[in-house]
Amino acid sequence: MAVGNPNRAKADSGIIRWIDDRFPLTQMWQDHMSKYYAAKNFNVWYVFGVLSLLVLVNQILTGVWLTMSYEPTAEGAFASVEYIMRDVEMGWIIRYMHSSGASAFFVVVYLHMFRGLMYGSYQKPRELIWLFGMAIYLALMAEGFFGYLLPWGQMSYWGAQVILSLAGAIPIVGEDLVQWIRGDFLISGITLNRFFSLHVIALPIVILALVVLHILALHDVGSSNPDGIEIDQNKDENGVPVDGVAFWPYHVIKDLVAVGVFLTVFCLVIFFFPEGGGYFIEKPNYEPANSLKTPEHIAPVWYFTPYYSMLRAITFPLFGLDAKFLGVITMGGAIAILFVMPWLDRSPVKSMRYKGWLSKVWLAIFVVSFVILGYLGTVAATEGRTLVAQICTALYFGYFILMPFYTRMEATKPVPARVV
Amino acid sequence: MKKLFLLSLMLVMPMFAQAGGGSNVHLDSIQTDATDHASLQRGMKTFVNYCLGCHTAQYQRYIRAAEDLHMPEDLVTEHLILSNQKVGSQMTNAMDPKLAAKWFGATPPDLTNEVNLRGADWVYTYLRSFYADDSRPYGVNNVVFPSVGMPNVLAELQGVQSKICAQVPKKDTHGVVMIDSLTGKALTAQSCDVLSVEAGTGSLSQAQFDAVSYDLTNFMSYMAKPYKTDSQRIGMWAILFTMLMTVVFYFLKKEFWRDVH
Repeated sequence: MAVGNPNRAKADSGIIRWIDDRFPLTQMWQDHMSKYYAAKNFNVWYVFGVLSLLVLVNQILTGVWLTMSYEPTAEGAFASVEYIMRDVEMGWIIRYMHSSGASAFFVVVYLHMFRGLMYGSYQKPRELIWLFGMAIYLALMAEGFFGYLLPWGQMSYWGAQVILSLAGAIPIVGEDLVQWIRGDFLISGITLNRFFSLHVIALPIVILALVVLHILALHDVGSSNPDGIEIDQNKDENGVPVDGVAFWPYHVIKDLVAVGVFLTVFCLVIFFFPEGGGYFIEKPNYEPANSLKTPEHIAPVWYFTPYYSMLRAITFPLFGLDAKFLGVITMGGAIAILFVMPWLDRSPVKSMRYKGWLSKVWLAIFVVSFVILGYLGTVAATEGRTLVAQICTALYFGYFILMPFYTRMEATKPVPARVV
Repeated sequence: MKKLFLLSLMLVMPMFAQAGGGSNVHLDSIQTDATDHASLQRGMKTFVNYCLGCHTAQYQRYIRAAEDLHMPEDLVTEHLILSNQKVGSQMTNAMDPKLAAKWFGATPPDLTNEVNLRGADWVYTYLRSFYADDSRPYGVNNVVFPSVGMPNVLAELQGVQSKICAQVPKKDTHGVVMIDSLTGKALTAQSCDVLSVEAGTGSLSQAQFDAVSYDLTNFMSYMAKPYKTDSQRIGMWAILFTMLMTVVFYFLKKEFWRDVH
């Protein structure tokens, strides 16, 4: 008598068959690996998704080991990090893997997102993949923010102070809201405890769940490619897309080359430049948090600086709203607008290869403004810099707001039937 | 697209070149050497004799220094532990932080991470930049840390240093010495910020004192990152391994993709 679900792919015999009769092991392997086909023309931009996954695993594993020695109290946090760095066997490697890993995460995620923008990976039918991905990005920013408080250094403390005070700019409820988040009248051990809890439990669960959704959605509709052609439209007699190759072993082996290159660069950072020139670990963070001593220059970690620049760029009140609140709205809007990307792009083609020059120019403007804003966020504001930040903020939003117009207006090139 | 990738890399690079920042005071540059054990040992001796009375190095253990700087434990216990602490203890002192804050205006900071916080050049310059200033409670001030609360504890070695007026080479806005185009000699200008040690007031010559300051900074630099030499040693092997791995993966990829057209 047949056992289990007869509609599943199953091994012929043996232990795998035993499992297949009770759990869709072979079916899942086929769906996600050996019979998941992706275009054979993936270029270097397509490795950052896998690398994000690798960094996620790195963060979770090193995080587990750091938690074994870290003490989430205002009195003991700083000293426990020093204990990890000095007294725990190989503790410094684990900690540097985690602290550099945070920056590496944002590097690969930013490049992954740029790939999406460039090749229209968010377009129909991949809107949900994009939305899940944006949710991951949002959760990741929260994760980075909460994690940065944990070493309890001066920059941890004052960086959190600056970012939390942003919520205080919300009219009427702002101050109460900030107090509710902090759990105290100022950032204290209570704040540290809850940030620790959110950092090691709540957000990792959210991120893992979102990553599963992101990948399930991807494997259901299939990966896009640099040409923006749906490879499913062109299958051979066995139902295999002619322009696709199986994820296992082809793409896995190909991704391993990228993993090798990434790990080489990553090792270079953790063993030789773990502080990233003051960007990954900021110098003032070698001094324990002190609520009575404000550092000369407070800058958020580099991956938040583009948004921080936008916040500072809004120096004028408008429509009866004060400048700081407008800044917060601008900052929030800059992230929120990324969510609606799939509905802003009205182009008949997906890939930048076949879009018109307007799309190309705007994408370049967007990237350059984002990088300039990122740089400006790391340095003190001057009048000239604020003006540049204002222009870049306008251009950043221009890329999105004007997208429905220029993507429809411009002439596109014909998309070939098969991948190039 | 490769061009685009390179372009974005190039745009990001200047961000990293700007890293650090710093004060406006000129700092003398030194090259610390974590492998020069003799220098590190001398530096540790100066540290425990002149610094540890008021400052702590509460994250550094004596025994770790003994291992890393190649010193026998019994010699460390005999000569470098001036209190009744054990060789496994952290380098702390018996001073009450609250009283210290009363005496100096602020509790002397822990020095384990001082080089991480301010840099080796800063520490090296700071140690050599005290000058006589009667307006300060301990009779000295410091060029790189104005109104500093601590006395010049190394004065018996260095001697009495004061600010005097003298002719100094004139520099342009880029810090390059300006040359008189007629005579070919360096241009000079009057400056009243020149530091000068009164002869015969210290037990060491200027060169000897600079060497003591270097050794002390070198030790503090070791203490800031005691794992640095390990990191560089392991790092070389790790990178060699990942590079080799990349090469293997590359040929594996070539082999697997040979039949994909």
